[in-house]
Amino acid sequence: MTAIWIAIAVLAALSLVFGALLGYASRRFEVEEDPIVEQIDEILPQSQCGQCGYPGCRPYADAVGNNGEAINKCAPGGEQTMLKLAALLNVEPQPLDGGEEVLEPIRTVAWIDEANCIGCTKCIQACPVDAIVGATRAMHTVLSDVCTGCDLCVAPCPTDCIEMRPVATTTANWKWNLDTIPVRVIPVETHA
Amino acid sequence: MLNLFNLFRKEKLWDFQGGIHPPEMKTQSNGTPLSQLPLPERFIIPLKQHIGHEGEICVSPGDKVLRGQPLTFGGGRMLPVHAPTSGTIEEIAPHMTAHPSGLSELCIFLRADGEDRWTTLHPQPDYRALTREETVKRIHDAGIAGLGGAGFPTATKLRGGLRGVKTLIINAAECEPYITADDRLMQDCATEVLEGCRILAWVLQAERVLIGVEDNKPEAIAALKQALGGDRELQIRVIPTKYPSGGAKQLTQILTGLEVPHGGRSTDIGVLMQNVGTAWAVKRAIVDGEPITERVVTLTGEALARPRNVWGRLGTPVSHLLQHAGFTPGSRQMVIMGGPLMGFTLPSLNVPLVKISNCILAPSASEMGNDQEEQSCIRCSACADACPAKLLPQQLFWYSQGGDHEKARAHNIDDCIECGACAYVCPSNIPLVQYYRQEKAELRAIDLEAKRTAEAKARFEARLARLEREKQAREMRHEQAKQRAARSDQGELDAAVARVKARQEKTPEQDAAEREARHAQALAQQAEKQAETQALSRQYGDPRKAAVEAAIARAKARKAGAPAAEIAPAEPEVDAPTAEVDPRKAAVEAAIARAKAKKANAAAQAVEPAPAEPTAVAPAAAVDPRKAAVEAAIARAKAKKAAAAAQAVEPAPAEPAAVTPVAAVDPRKAAVEAAIARAKAKKAAAAAQAVEPAPAEPEAVTPVAAVDPRKAAVEAAIARAKAKKAAAAVQAVEPAPAEPAAVTPVAAVDPRKAAVEAAIARAKAKKAAAAAQQTEATSSEVEAAASPDSADPRKAAIAAAVARAKARKAQQQPSNTED
Repeated sequence: MTAIWIAIAVLAALSLVFGALLGYASRRFEVEEDPIVEQIDEILPQSQCGQCGYPGCRPYADAVGNNGEAINKCAPGGEQTMLKLAALLNVEPQPLDGGEEVLEPIRTVAWIDEANCIGCTKCIQACPVDAIVGATRAMHTVLSDVCTGCDLCVAPCPTDCIEMRPVATTTANWKWNLDTIPVRVIPVETHA
Repeated sequence: MLNLFNLFRKEKLWDFQGGIHPPEMKTQSNGTPLSQLPLPERFIIPLKQHIGHEGEICVSPGDKVLRGQPLTFGGGRMLPVHAPTSGTIEEIAPHMTAHPSGLSELCIFLRADGEDRWTTLHPQPDYRALTREETVKRIHDAGIAGLGGAGFPTATKLRGGLRGVKTLIINAAECEPYITADDRLMQDCATEVLEGCRILAWVLQAERVLIGVEDNKPEAIAALKQALGGDRELQIRVIPTKYPSGGAKQLTQILTGLEVPHGGRSTDIGVLMQNVGTAWAVKRAIVDGEPITERVVTLTGEALARPRNVWGRLGTPVSHLLQHAGFTPGSRQMVIMGGPLMGFTLPSLNVPLVKISNCILAPSASEMGNDQEEQSCIRCSACADACPAKLLPQQLFWYSQGGDHEKARAHNIDDCIECGACAYVCPSNIPLVQYYRQEKAELRAIDLEAKRTAEAKARFEARLARLEREKQAREMRHEQAKQRAARSDQGELDAAVARVKARQEKTPEQDAAEREARHAQALAQQAEKQAETQALSRQYGDPRKAAVEAAIARAKARKAGAPAAEIAPAEPEVDAPTAEVDPRKAAVEAAIARAKAKKANAAAQAVEPAPAEPTAVAPAAAVDPRKAAVEAAIARAKAKKAAAAAQAVEPAPAEPAAVTPVAAVDPRKAAVEAAIARAKAKKAAAAAQAVEPAPAEPEAVTPVAAVDPRKAAVEAAIARAKAKKAAAAVQAVEPAPAEPAAVTPVAAVDPRKAAVEAAIARAKAKKAAAAAQQTEATSSEVEAAASPDSADPRKAAIAAAVARAKARKAQQQPSNTED
């Protein structure tokens, strides 16, 4: 009989010891997991364009993370962003409806027709990243390096002098496309 | 014995893994001494011939320049370019440059005058008299970039190595087949090259200088040794011939046994490398004061009758160089800039020679071998054996082709030096380097995108923070203003008593005066709006009159303001626009009047949600018609906003703005016009908030007879705005009862007609306001107070003011009764 009591006492002591150890470890080595919204926000292109129906990237990330919003609403991100979100959230990819230009959006920046600009500062107020400089009744212009191509400045312009232009290819951002250099791509099935 | 051992250690060479031994083909061009070529007629000088940014242009077309004169300037990685000869700047335009893409870059076109005169030079034979920083600056100003092929700005490199560099390596390996430019330079200018090495060593305070030369250049080695004499400061190291021993990392390893850490720089291990051509250019820049205007370039290949090395002026078209080397193009002739392994095919022969061009190769068809078809990778791993960077080329190929950027990076594609050894040994003829280049460009784009994203986020957050700050500041100001207003409440009560008395004994004359006062009050209100958005000083045509008006306005406004003060005494801040001494006073008075008037407004708005009050800016007394036109444009824009608001709140019909004629010769008329516009806009806002949809108001568009070009521009802007509005209306979801716009072109010379127009517009607006208030149990006090055939504009103005006042009263009353 004493053997049973000893066994119980030993097991109880062991469980107490290990319980305390685990409890301490869970406190001491606690890993601060990145909140999911933060991670989604990282993936989004931060153009703050509002084309998803939310007033910015962060609110959309919030909606996706907490309210189960669809992941295919980010227009500037295109298919790549959708796939990354699908991988992050471990959900099925949701197709984007539209053609090639929807899947892989071309980067555009705003361009102001300065002859028609009346200096109303409306576009400056609309720009989410302060990429337009100008003053009242003075000509405005776009800092194309920081323009996210969000399209938000186009609508408020009273004289319709802002347009979105695709970014030109220069020697700096040329991507060695294989069409202009003599490389032939082998069809995939030949690898099998 | 120990000494001997040390000597042995010092001379020790290491080896790097991999590498290949392609046929050298150097004897074609290294037997002939360097020669000068006749100058071309026209030079094409790209602004960017190095890694970094273009400099700022400091010449303009038509300028006469001398050889060595800077054409651009800039600091850091903005390296200047210099005129290669004397002549005239023809134009500055984009032109295809020496880049595999064949894209255009900005170039300066220089027509040579044949004199080839140098600009004033500042030679410094004793370079030790300069400070080290000064020397680096001179190297930068001379526009020297790494002449070996990478084109990294030498001054930037030196600045990075001013501290902590123990070993300076002069790269004279020149491992790529065909190229003999450095070989020939060392043979013909050995003394200058060594002097350049000494300058570099002095600038860096290097403990030892190693000149690494491949053993396939015995003449160059002999020339260097002869020029060196007994100098022990510089050491020539002859290394075995193997491609790519001329690569920076490979040569460092051969000469020192040290490896540059992944992601680090060679200065991290106390080593800095310069090309032998760069050393020569440094000597020229410091000792002779000459900026870089020419370089040695190898012209070789079997398609050339006289392959050799020449002094090529920067900016010389390649076709000119080839022509003087006896170029006979074959079928499917290709011309390569750089060597056969790392170079690229030129898209056109009209591209210029730049700082990084060390070789122009024009091979015959037999020389390049057959264009063999690319086969599948058989995983033979020959590329991995040949890779000097110890990478796994077949894996990189796999990931590059499949677009797996993460994996490619994990396999250190960034460490690939693009030497082409893998592609050279590939039995399947896979152009591996091209795949890597593409993948690297892709990765660069991804990095750039990530950087841009981070920046956009930071800017967005900064903006939000700024808006929040501004909001708080505004609220604080309002709070202060409120406190100020509370203090003057007693005065307001007294004024109310006075007002009641005054109303009892009102006479027709006073009635007229009241109208005038309201007019002035409107002006004051508008002045406040303007003052809030911009500090624009206004000029009164007649300051005295303005003062009188303002005084009257003050009296009236006080009367109106007294009851309102009991409900919500919100006093706006008083910031009066000023012009001159006299008008300033008037402005101050107007501001006071405005403050009072606003209080009255606030009272009305406190009871029920205030309608979004669009602000119409009425020019107080615009001196010239141009200004009036601008004002009117702004007023119209505001009205447009009101219309938009109407569409947003509920399916109210789009209320178009009444666009009134502007070309008012007399300023007062302009004021009248603007007042009308404002009234309309306000009513539009009211309509938007009404429960019932108000009938659409037709658009009265009256174009202005444009007199001067500026005015025409304003007109154009207006036209654009209208066009946009029309488009918006079409796209509106709800079928708004859009009435056709009544476009009545008015010859603005006739003021009467304009007045008529205004009266009609006013009547319509009134109707709209009335409709909006249908649900409320109110007796509309609005009467048709307008005589359409009013003879003079002044009368029209008065009528408009009255109508406006009534409309406002009508608006206020229902809200009061509701309460």
